[in-house]
Amino acid sequence: MNTAVHRAPAAPAPAINLARRRDLFSSDIAMTALKQSFMMLRPDVQWKNPVMFVVEIGAALTLLYIIQSALGFSSSSVSLTYFIALDIWLWLTVLFANFATAIAEERGKAQAETLRKTRVATPAYRLRANGTTETVSSIALKVGDKVVVEASQVIPGDGDVIEGGAVVNEAAITGESAPVIREAGGDRSGVTGGTTVLSDRIVVRISAGPGESFLDKMIALVEGARRQRTPNEIALTLVLTAFTLIFMIVVVPLWPMATNAEVYMTSYLGLSDQLRSLGTDVPTLIALIVCLIPTTIGALLSAIGIAGMDRALRANIIAKSGKAVEVAGDIDTVLLDKTGTITLGDRHAREFIPLGQVSQLELMYLSALASVSDQTPEGKSIVAAYTQAEGLTAPVAAPEGSVFVPFTAQSRMSGVNLPDDTAIRKGAPDAIVRYVVGLKGVVPRELDGVVAKVGARGATPLVVAQNARVLGVIALEDVLKPGIKERMDQLKLMGLRTVMITGDNPLTAQAIAHEAGIDDFIAEATPEKKLAYLRNEQAQGKLVAMMGDGTNDAPTLAQADVGLAMNSGTQAAKEAGNMVDLDSDPTKLIEVVAIGKQLLMTRGALTTFSIANDVAKYFAIVPAMFAGTLPWLKAIDVMNLHSPTSAILSAVIFNALIIPLLIPIALKGVKYRPLGADSLLRRNLLIWGLGGVIVPFIGIKAIDLVMVALRLVA
Amino acid sequence: MFRTVTGFFEIVFTLALVVVAARPLGAYMADLFQNRRTVLTPILGPIERAFYWAAGVKSEDEQEWDAYAISMVLFGGACMLSLYAILRLQAWLPLNPQGFPAVPPDLAFNIAVSFVTNANWQAYGGETTLSHLSQMVGLTANNFLDSGAAIAIAVALVRALTRNESTTIGNFWVDVTRATLYVLLPVAFVLALVFAAFGVPQTLVGSIGAATLEGLKQTIAIGPVASQEAIKLLGDNGGGFFNANSAHPFENPSVWSNILQNWSQLVLPVALVFAFGRMAGDAKQGRALLITMAVIFVMALAVIWKVEAAGNPALTAIGVDPSQGVMEGKDLRFGQAGAALFADATTGTGTGASNAVLESMAPISGLAAMFNLLLGCISPGGVGTGLYSLLLLVLITAFIGALMIGRTPEYLGKKINARDMQFAMFALLLSPALVLVFAGGASVVKIALDSLGAGGPHGLSEIVYAYASSAADNGSAFAGLNANTPWWNVTTGVAMFLGRFAHAIPILAIAGSLAAKKKAMPSAGTLPTDGPLFITFLLAVIVIITLLQYLPALALGPVAEHFLLQQGTLF
Repeated sequence: MNTAVHRAPAAPAPAINLARRRDLFSSDIAMTALKQSFMMLRPDVQWKNPVMFVVEIGAALTLLYIIQSALGFSSSSVSLTYFIALDIWLWLTVLFANFATAIAEERGKAQAETLRKTRVATPAYRLRANGTTETVSSIALKVGDKVVVEASQVIPGDGDVIEGGAVVNEAAITGESAPVIREAGGDRSGVTGGTTVLSDRIVVRISAGPGESFLDKMIALVEGARRQRTPNEIALTLVLTAFTLIFMIVVVPLWPMATNAEVYMTSYLGLSDQLRSLGTDVPTLIALIVCLIPTTIGALLSAIGIAGMDRALRANIIAKSGKAVEVAGDIDTVLLDKTGTITLGDRHAREFIPLGQVSQLELMYLSALASVSDQTPEGKSIVAAYTQAEGLTAPVAAPEGSVFVPFTAQSRMSGVNLPDDTAIRKGAPDAIVRYVVGLKGVVPRELDGVVAKVGARGATPLVVAQNARVLGVIALEDVLKPGIKERMDQLKLMGLRTVMITGDNPLTAQAIAHEAGIDDFIAEATPEKKLAYLRNEQAQGKLVAMMGDGTNDAPTLAQADVGLAMNSGTQAAKEAGNMVDLDSDPTKLIEVVAIGKQLLMTRGALTTFSIANDVAKYFAIVPAMFAGTLPWLKAIDVMNLHSPTSAILSAVIFNALIIPLLIPIALKGVKYRPLGADSLLRRNLLIWGLGGVIVPFIGIKAIDLVMVALRLVA
Repeated sequence: MFRTVTGFFEIVFTLALVVVAARPLGAYMADLFQNRRTVLTPILGPIERAFYWAAGVKSEDEQEWDAYAISMVLFGGACMLSLYAILRLQAWLPLNPQGFPAVPPDLAFNIAVSFVTNANWQAYGGETTLSHLSQMVGLTANNFLDSGAAIAIAVALVRALTRNESTTIGNFWVDVTRATLYVLLPVAFVLALVFAAFGVPQTLVGSIGAATLEGLKQTIAIGPVASQEAIKLLGDNGGGFFNANSAHPFENPSVWSNILQNWSQLVLPVALVFAFGRMAGDAKQGRALLITMAVIFVMALAVIWKVEAAGNPALTAIGVDPSQGVMEGKDLRFGQAGAALFADATTGTGTGASNAVLESMAPISGLAAMFNLLLGCISPGGVGTGLYSLLLLVLITAFIGALMIGRTPEYLGKKINARDMQFAMFALLLSPALVLVFAGGASVVKIALDSLGAGGPHGLSEIVYAYASSAADNGSAFAGLNANTPWWNVTTGVAMFLGRFAHAIPILAIAGSLAAKKKAMPSAGTLPTDGPLFITFLLAVIVIITLLQYLPALALGPVAEHFLLQQGTLF
């Protein structure tokens, strides 16, 4: 290892925005997917998708039948071109299904590739025990190594800042160009490998070994989504396989039944030549099986799963498993941190209540003077309130020679000493009372009442005094984030119960919860209290999601069904959760839930659509199959198709074409709307259920008309 | 017009009586199976405990699903073997006044399976084949026990849905004892008395001789008819004393006895749905199932009645007044309404009895009856079997429905996972596998075809009906088919056996898995399973899935026959 201290700035990591929209069918992805579709014809690959495997076997059998007929070993009542056309469309059905999976995989791989670009080996400056550094490759870093990262260097791996603080550009993973601050101690100590330090120097303790970082996990997940089936996907695959079996059981006995009809009708009509129908024709029976088995959903199932993971990634969420994304759709209760999620994170002066002879404006002016040098949000809001009330354009300034008295934990007040020896103080009621009494001042009788009233509505009272005179009370209130009530209403429509976690007292908590439209709250929250609440919810069979960033959130994050850790949070929090939000956006939970629901909904909608399609296919195929023996069945051919062979071909072509037509929906997902369960079901049943019954009637008829118009069928 | 009004009255009156009686009966059963005291506990409690003491059953020990299933199979197996033995040995056993010989092996197998699976498919004429001992001890006893076992399975599934994280689902021996002792025996006892009061014979005499006007001697078979009639209908068994079943004047003498017969078939399955609502602690859940059953029942009834009342177009063509409707194969006592109600009730439940000849009905009526069977007899279904078969379809509907709103599937707060769906889908595909595979085979095998009363589409209807009836353990016969041949005895026997046991075991497996799960409280995002939307969805799923399974076979059978009839071709 190079022992020389080498400080050449590393090349800045390429800034890649994951959220960037990629064309659904960008040509290079489509080309690779197309090649992949043919590769996937291998039976050992196809075998993993039982529905499509059956189609492939059917296509192969039809091919054998054609070869047999071409060699003159079997005779049929219909022409060889019909069988060839049939077989081509059967193979196309398989290829379309493969293409759907391949394109989803390729998009995932492209996504993973951009992620991997942030994982190229970068030089790391490892801190040795004696304080000097050595240059190693980032790949060689082990858990527990300490590395020094300076301005314009790339952070070599995931870890915690243990010394110093720095401005970090995380655009490489979040796509957000605004830099963020990461510093030792507290809940903003987590850094991610691949991000760039813009200023200052930090020491990072590496927390993930090579190949174990979040990005590595996500890359594995996006690339391997097809192999890692989620519980609901497994259940649905089972249902689809069973339906495939059922329809094979339905079609195979048709052969003897059709034979029986041929024999019977021949003798019934007293014919010398045996009647023939397509019902005893193997390729036609195969076509019927293929049309009936749920090929639409079977073809798109893998794509839907991969696209779901992809959508999570596009929302800048790194899920540790596909299951986590799926579970998100089931969440019943969400625990939301008050600060940053529901409120803006700081209190603002909402009301100035003067006492005695003091005027409102006087109270505001003096409070503002006391706050000029107070850089806390509360202080700033006091100054701003006065500026606004007076309509001033210039900032308020304290007279020359004023001395700012900062807030300390002991005094619990702050203020200013003006040059004329006037002292203005603002602070906790009891601290100010003690201060005034100490100066032999008189505390107005109404003070207690006003303070209590302010506290009762959930605001924090701040008392202001000028020397020994109490001027009045400022009510500091939490400010709700804009639009938070609408978001909470949305969550309720999604069927979620919202719970606010806050360190405030129950009164304050209740007031805020009420204002924001939140169902419940945990006041004076401690990690134990949070965990107890969560366990209680889970004991009732509810699934709980929460977001957290601090180390003390870790146990709750681990216990939650969906634990979404903020990327800016501590490593412990990130390890405990099952998802990491790269944007560290506290309202991301809503999106996570929607992605989970969308994933399940897309599967449900396409399954219903697939099965509902069968009704029309029966109406097309059954009369066509028995036209030779029971021509009366033409009465149920409501589509009035041109001929038996065109009817069957139209059904098979529709069945094949619907797959590529639905690929965009499989990849984008069925649009999720936060409606109640009943209206959502009604809506989706109308679109996918009823639509699924009606659409194929139109589609099959249209294909039949086109084939007749093009003179493709006799 | 008059017949329409009286028919309408008969139907409404019967159905109203069913609901009125089923409600308290359901509450009584819910108490019974939740170990609460019932009105009969003081009287029957000591008898019940004596049974447990004699059999060495610890009534408070509950079983896990596999033990429950093994008990059920053992119980069914023992009943089957003993019945087979009685039939084979009846020539040497007492109570054989007519001196009937031993029943041949294939028929004995068929009867044994048939009466232990609640199918009561009768390939024989009872009064010309079986001794009184065979009828009373062999058949009637099993009519009680198999219905008791079916109630036990349903109750186990309901318990599983309503319990929270329970490893056990009840004790089979306790459930079957209670179902028989507290429900079937008392109600059947009262029913038998009422039937006897309506003029149904109840005697141990084999037959009576009568001198006809021509001076000839006629032998009229009678016997312990009323008691068998009571449980035949109450337990949805369907095996009549006489070959003519409920069309025979000794089984079903009048319009009033006909109303009571229909009531008896329907009351217990409906009561079990009420019991389900009560055990689930949510009457609305039970009501939703009841409405689903009622819609199917009424629709099938409307079709059969309307088609039968309309008359045969071929007869109309030769100048017969169509306002009389189709009367071939029907008794004047019952008319079209009485026959339609019976045909619908007997195929909607697991009874399979008949008071008219289905074969003589119009193809579309036969189709409606057959469709009831193909749905798996769920309107309202056999005693116990109706409830658990419908719950199975509810689980499948809830699975698809939940996915459609983006939730992991659940029903009554129980999550439905891959394992549950595996068993549910197995149970679902069992019916088409049995019906279609056997029907396919029978339509090309000569020894099978020889038994048919007609060829072509009508022959296929006979075949499909026979297997639909056996796979659903209904036992209803289309007539026309001579089923007492080795091929038919064996294949329908196998269909009945698998139709019962291969269906019930996966149901119990689902029960075991659901019972062990946490019962989640419903939230705003949960799919409601008690509203009109879910009921509509459930009906659509049931009808579409059934249609998709059987449409080709039905098209070749009754549908083709219907169009041929319109052309004037009769079978």
